[in-house]
Amino acid sequence: MLTYFRNLGLGLVTVLNSMGVAWRHLFTRSVTLQYPTVKWQMPEGSRMRLFNKIEDCIGCGQCARVCPTDCITIQTEKRGKDEPEIFASDGTVIKLRTYVFDIDMTRCCYCALCTFPCPTLCLVMTGAYEYSVYDKDEHIYHFAKDKPLTIKAPKVLSTDKA
Amino acid sequence: MKAEYSGEVMTLNMGPQHPSTHGVLRLELKTDGEIVADAVPHIGYLHRCFEKHAENIDYAAVGPYTDRMDYCAAMNMELGYVLTVEKLMGIQVNNRVRCIRIIMAELNRIASHLIAAGTYGNDIGSVTPYLWCFRDRETILDLFEETCGARLLYNYNWIGGLMADLRPGFEKKLVEFLDYFEPQVDNLNRLLSDNYIFIQRTAKVGILSPELAVSYGVTGPNLRGSGVKFDVRKDEPYLGYQDIDFEIPVGKGEHGPVGSCWDRYMVRIREVKESCRIVRQAVAQLTPGDVQESIPKRIKPPVGEIYMRTECPRGELGYYIVSDGGLKPYRLKVKSPCFTVMSAFREVSRGAMIADIIAILGSFDIVLGEIDR
Amino acid sequence: MESIAQLLRLIPKYEAFPQLVQALLPMLVSCVLIFAVLALAVLFAVWLERKVSAHIQDRLGPMYVGGWHGWAQTLADALKLLLKEDIVPASTDRILYKMAPYIVFLGAFAAFVVVPFGASSFVTDLNIGILYVVAVGSLSVVGIIMAGWASNNKYSLYGGMRAAAQIISYEIPSAIAIMAVVIPAGSLSMVEIVNAQKGGIQNWFVFRNPFIFLAFIVYFVASLAEVNRTPFDIPEAESELVAGYHTEYSGMRFAFFFLAEYANMFLVASVAATLFLGGWTQLLPASIAPQILPGPVLFFGKVLVLIFIQMWLRWSLPRVRVDQLMYLSWKVLLPISLVLVLGVGWLAVDW
Repeated sequence: MLTYFRNLGLGLVTVLNSMGVAWRHLFTRSVTLQYPTVKWQMPEGSRMRLFNKIEDCIGCGQCARVCPTDCITIQTEKRGKDEPEIFASDGTVIKLRTYVFDIDMTRCCYCALCTFPCPTLCLVMTGAYEYSVYDKDEHIYHFAKDKPLTIKAPKVLSTDKA
Repeated sequence: MKAEYSGEVMTLNMGPQHPSTHGVLRLELKTDGEIVADAVPHIGYLHRCFEKHAENIDYAAVGPYTDRMDYCAAMNMELGYVLTVEKLMGIQVNNRVRCIRIIMAELNRIASHLIAAGTYGNDIGSVTPYLWCFRDRETILDLFEETCGARLLYNYNWIGGLMADLRPGFEKKLVEFLDYFEPQVDNLNRLLSDNYIFIQRTAKVGILSPELAVSYGVTGPNLRGSGVKFDVRKDEPYLGYQDIDFEIPVGKGEHGPVGSCWDRYMVRIREVKESCRIVRQAVAQLTPGDVQESIPKRIKPPVGEIYMRTECPRGELGYYIVSDGGLKPYRLKVKSPCFTVMSAFREVSRGAMIADIIAILGSFDIVLGEIDR
Repeated sequence: MESIAQLLRLIPKYEAFPQLVQALLPMLVSCVLIFAVLALAVLFAVWLERKVSAHIQDRLGPMYVGGWHGWAQTLADALKLLLKEDIVPASTDRILYKMAPYIVFLGAFAAFVVVPFGASSFVTDLNIGILYVVAVGSLSVVGIIMAGWASNNKYSLYGGMRAAAQIISYEIPSAIAIMAVVIPAGSLSMVEIVNAQKGGIQNWFVFRNPFIFLAFIVYFVASLAEVNRTPFDIPEAESELVAGYHTEYSGMRFAFFFLAEYANMFLVASVAATLFLGGWTQLLPASIAPQILPGPVLFFGKVLVLIFIQMWLRWSLPRVRVDQLMYLSWKVLLPISLVLVLGVGWLAVDW
């Protein structure tokens, strides 16, 4: 009999306790960020969309080799001996002409493993996160600007990992 | 309440898409009115062939895949894998790496338990704790984002070190967060854990006796909720946990028999407070250093096999790696704690009501990504 | 309704209409008026619920639609639901499926004809007012069972059965708690009960003696269960049964269930305000303060406070399990309400 009334009292007291906590929260500041009128400030090292500064790329293919999901496709050819020497911005000589450098962001897992082996640090993860598209093919970003000069079979460096 | 078949058994399917199964889990319930006679879990809807895939990529590239097993506690998944490979290769990391790893793992434990508590409140009917827990978790995720750039799937623990060092000002923000957060746990207790309705829903339900738990191989908060004091961090310390002073909360059956849903839930809430203690001590033990000094040039472990276990928020996570001396693992097997706890689910849920099935499932705190890999 | 009849006489050549039309037209107009008031009130209540829940949960709620704090959000949602495709699943019992939302709404709507909003603002003054409200209010059970059965879905069936058990069990303590007010008032008519509370806050039934105060609490809790609000929202337990008895409903039919739930909330809050909190009577007696606020404004103010408390309870408490719900009704609320009626009766007798 006594437990019946004790339970009743306990029930009432804890219910009022919970209500009190909820009441106090009515007057605390809300933490909602009203996106898209107010946008979050992305921190420095944010890992969002990849970007490659193709002028600094020496075509080594280390990034394509290390990618867990094979999202980078690189095709290069040797620059001819008679062509003028070009250098990356840190002075490294560029010996290969990269004519295909595609990154498929739909396959990218945002692990940033590709940004570490790059010798010239031209591949970086930027803070751009608003890049929705209507056509999936638009998510394949083509960074290469050169055109291939020779017609021999290309040495594909990314999908062949055996 | 024990059930007896009265002959009119209805099959109710709580299908893969359901607001309360924590992921894609299919529960086939055979119910007699409101009482469940049998509950058969069907898994495999999230199987992504992780273990097979790991045989085809380098050791370093397996790291991002381990994140995606238990996505709520990714740091702990990575930590388990990285410690296993380091043990196989015999790599020793310096004190700074060790402390930062402890900080990140425990912060992720707090975040994961907040999800568990919030979604459990949601299942029981109280929507408000869910929002409050996620608000607190946002600060933790902001700390992670500042350090490594990602909020949920980090790839931060690397074999032999870390991806990046802490940014300046991290320790200050961390201590600020801990000072703000510890009273919030008391708030949560006042709202949910001590609420009479919540106790009535969970304290006599889903009794997992210690003998049953041990015989099924249940570990983690589910085992500690049944009163068994077993934690890998204390019994087989790794990463220098023996130098850190912390308690292991154990279910004592304050509102009902030991091993009830309430005990398991309360163990998680108390573990959050203990994790705060651990993080404070790890911050005090931080020394300056280079976090990438022990990373080997090429990760090529010697021939052999190794099994290493760590304590992830859901239990004892084990990695078994067989190496043939090459650049890729020959075989990688993960012992997932949620998988073992789902095997105990069928026996625990016999005789419960449908509402209790939800309560039991929520108290086990499963993540389907880990079960199905 | 008399004032409406007088207003209608302004129509030219009203006397020439047939007698039947002259008798029915005031009723029709007052029903439409009640429906309009109810619809507006529900619109406001849904917005208020979203705002209250958002601020308890440290978020903002609707902010965008209509400009200031999203006041037009409910309008936009209702419009969207109207424009949705009307899906009637093939294996349902078509007639019952289509009728169910309207019967649930009827249970709440029909009871409003006796609720006095002001000194002379009521549709009719039945001498069995409160008994009529209790009787008509239980019509919604029929609608819920129809919805649960006709959907041909195990989840809906569960929801419907649970709802039936819950509503029927909680009608008893709520009706007995109402008796605790009828005894001092001496009449079942709602208008008489309000008139017995005139003259200031000390005359309100809830403050007259502790038994009636407890009866107010019992009635409030029982009415929460009648309306299927948390902590008693098992029939529509989102996390267990997907959506309970209205799983299979979409578009306007779902909007009607929603409307019916909030109309029911309004009904029990209005009844509680009328019986216990003095209805449209003023806070302070005429001797102290001028009676500036009109009756309906005070009435809606009291109803609003009660609705706010209902919403506050919803967002702070977890859900009660079915058997615990039955325990609460039969073993806790029923004995307490019987004891309270005994107490009120003992106090009312002229010893």
